[in-house]
Amino acid sequence: MRRAFAPNWPARIGLFVLAAYAVWATSQLGITGERLATGLGEGGRFLARMWPPDFSRWELLLEGLVESMQIAVISTVLGIILSLPLGLMAARNLSPAWLSAPTRGFIAVCRSLHYVIVAILFVKAIGFGALAGVAALTVASLGFVAKLFAEAIEEISMKQVEAVRASGAGPAAVLLYGVLPQVASRFIGFSLYQLDSNLRNSTLVGIVGAGGIGGTLFAAFKRFDYDFVAAILLAIIALIFVAEIVAGRIRAALQ
Amino acid sequence: MTQPILEIRGLVKEYQPGKPVLHGIDLAIGAQGITAIIGPSGTGKSTLLRCVNRLVEPTKGSIMMGGQDLARLRGGALRAARRRIGMVFQEYNLVERLSVMENVLTGRLGYVPLWRAWLRRYPRADLDRAFALLDAVGLPEHATRRADALSGGQRQRVGIARALMQSPALLLADEPTSSLDPRTAVEVMELMARLTGEAGVPVIVNIHNVELAKRFAVRIIGMTGGRIVFDGPPDAIGNDHLSEIYGGEDWI
Amino acid sequence: MSATLHREGIRHTPGQRLGRFLVTLLTVAAVVWAIRTVEIIPEFLSDAPEQMADLLVRMWPPDLGHYYPSVHAALMETLHIATLGTLLGIALAMPFALMAARNICRSVLLNTLAQLVLVSSRSVNSLVWALIFVAVFGPGPAAGVFAIAFRSIGFVGKLMAEALEEAHPGPVEALTATGASWPLRMLKGVWPQVQPSFWGVALFRWDINLRESAVLGLVGAGGIGVVLDDAINFFQWERVATILLAILAVVLLAEILVTRIRARLL
Repeated sequence: MRRAFAPNWPARIGLFVLAAYAVWATSQLGITGERLATGLGEGGRFLARMWPPDFSRWELLLEGLVESMQIAVISTVLGIILSLPLGLMAARNLSPAWLSAPTRGFIAVCRSLHYVIVAILFVKAIGFGALAGVAALTVASLGFVAKLFAEAIEEISMKQVEAVRASGAGPAAVLLYGVLPQVASRFIGFSLYQLDSNLRNSTLVGIVGAGGIGGTLFAAFKRFDYDFVAAILLAIIALIFVAEIVAGRIRAALQ
Repeated sequence: MTQPILEIRGLVKEYQPGKPVLHGIDLAIGAQGITAIIGPSGTGKSTLLRCVNRLVEPTKGSIMMGGQDLARLRGGALRAARRRIGMVFQEYNLVERLSVMENVLTGRLGYVPLWRAWLRRYPRADLDRAFALLDAVGLPEHATRRADALSGGQRQRVGIARALMQSPALLLADEPTSSLDPRTAVEVMELMARLTGEAGVPVIVNIHNVELAKRFAVRIIGMTGGRIVFDGPPDAIGNDHLSEIYGGEDWI
Repeated sequence: MSATLHREGIRHTPGQRLGRFLVTLLTVAAVVWAIRTVEIIPEFLSDAPEQMADLLVRMWPPDLGHYYPSVHAALMETLHIATLGTLLGIALAMPFALMAARNICRSVLLNTLAQLVLVSSRSVNSLVWALIFVAVFGPGPAAGVFAIAFRSIGFVGKLMAEALEEAHPGPVEALTATGASWPLRMLKGVWPQVQPSFWGVALFRWDINLRESAVLGLVGAGGIGVVLDDAINFFQWERVATILLAILAVVLLAEILVTRIRARLL
């Protein structure tokens, strides 16, 4: 008898293992149907208490939002300024291995640690407030932007760089005329993207005391002020929405 | 003509209101042999074919087959009617990431329940028939290969096997050879003519190539501007007809 | 570049130049405003490097003896939260992805509704979802799983809707012509086409979720974040260092694993 289908044993075993794992892990975490049922009831009550959103403390809300925006702007600028040399140092086509390898390692560490963890460490080291938030998001920006910068630089055409070098230009002129024109528009794209994501993240670092609206949000949660929580969440979503639209416009203007 | 298997009356299709693509087609298809529809691109040949199995919704008119008006069917009844009508496509329309075998077996999807298709537990009779069809179209060794590993001619053979897998009462072929080189086109037409002849399945085929149409069809329908302008046996079609169908005569 | 002294190289039209100028002005204004108005205590700023160095010194050397059993157990819990959250998120996301894909769901109303759900899920960060679910379920990993799942819905749903919209209509048309019902057309016509994107998206999101689930414990939603929070509050810096190393190792391993599997899938 001829075989109609080639049996795909790895896929079957894989799916079975995944299903078995899901059941086992659920029991490990102590998640039971009973617990979920009570949770659903709680969820209904929670939603009821969020409505209507309470905007009466709008001054506090606005203060938090403004601080978040400040953190986002400063950390993005710092992140980009530091990323320029780091990206160049990490690019394997322009930097020697002894320089690019450790730089890449440093960037990987910046990227692997979640910004909230970095924020906690900064809060413990340099105290509560916006400074810790700026420092944490600068580190996070470094991890992403420097990596993207390095990748963009590695993709450039070396022929153009050689041509500029052949004209007798010094290292700075080579960068300015051979490298920068090839990557400038992508750098601006990455920077805008990072501003957008820093703005999202700056609304959160406050949860661990690093400034911005997140602190207000966390405090409201702890006091069970769920109608104020709803107001803050709506404000954050609105801010992110507006930021996305503005970023889109800027991108279109630069094209 | 014997009792027709398909009878189209007053078929109108408008994609945009007031701009009909088909201007009231009347057509009866006999129970035997290949009927070729020729005509320039954009004249509604493909729309006509797709109205029959309702891939396109007709605007007006009736399409009678086996005592049912296909134009009025819905839901389960429509699916049951579709599975009796096989279709072969210009771009083959195979599911590229599935094996050749699975593509042929998709011809049974109108018959098998969901769980069987999901677990690939097709009835033994279906599997045997699929293998027989693969042998018949000349691809006995390719059952477990992926469809995207095949050449164009091989893919169209799978397409034909899939359509015949439905045990259809009627086969529709929409430009089945237009994406193939001339030699493969003839081979594919020969294969389709032989297999449908053996099974006694009537075929309606849209085709650009007038020579191929004359060679394989028992009847030729000429369409232009959404209307039928010629209907007769292959040897009755002359240059004057062709120039009416396609316009101009320098090319003939 | 210019052939004679009187010609000027003009790179941009006046409109483009105005646009560029405005964007530059806006950027500079935003930066100046932010730096001048942000509340940063100068004393904090001046001794920040010293404090940071001090912290790092206290963390070194990390005391790996702390790893077993408490850190290990918490790390496993994080892994479970990330994986179960991803699975749940995918399961919840698929109906919305199907509803949002305009070639599959023809109702504009349902498309918009699904998009709204997906955008809401993405706009709320997983840490905020965690706060919400801690309020609902109480502290513990259940809240973490749901936080991860709800944040994943938007991501997975959006990418899968895009993949679905890119699927070729031809094979689906062919299956329609054979008389296959809607679920069968999805299973045999659409699913084989989107399967590679599906596994790619799932793995990608799992990788992200693993990073995110490491911090959920800071708001009480289970996992290694809880242990980290305790260690920081008790100033056990060698323990903090161990935990950070453990997170770093898992995150890097997961990234390597995901990259490998994705390369094999394509």
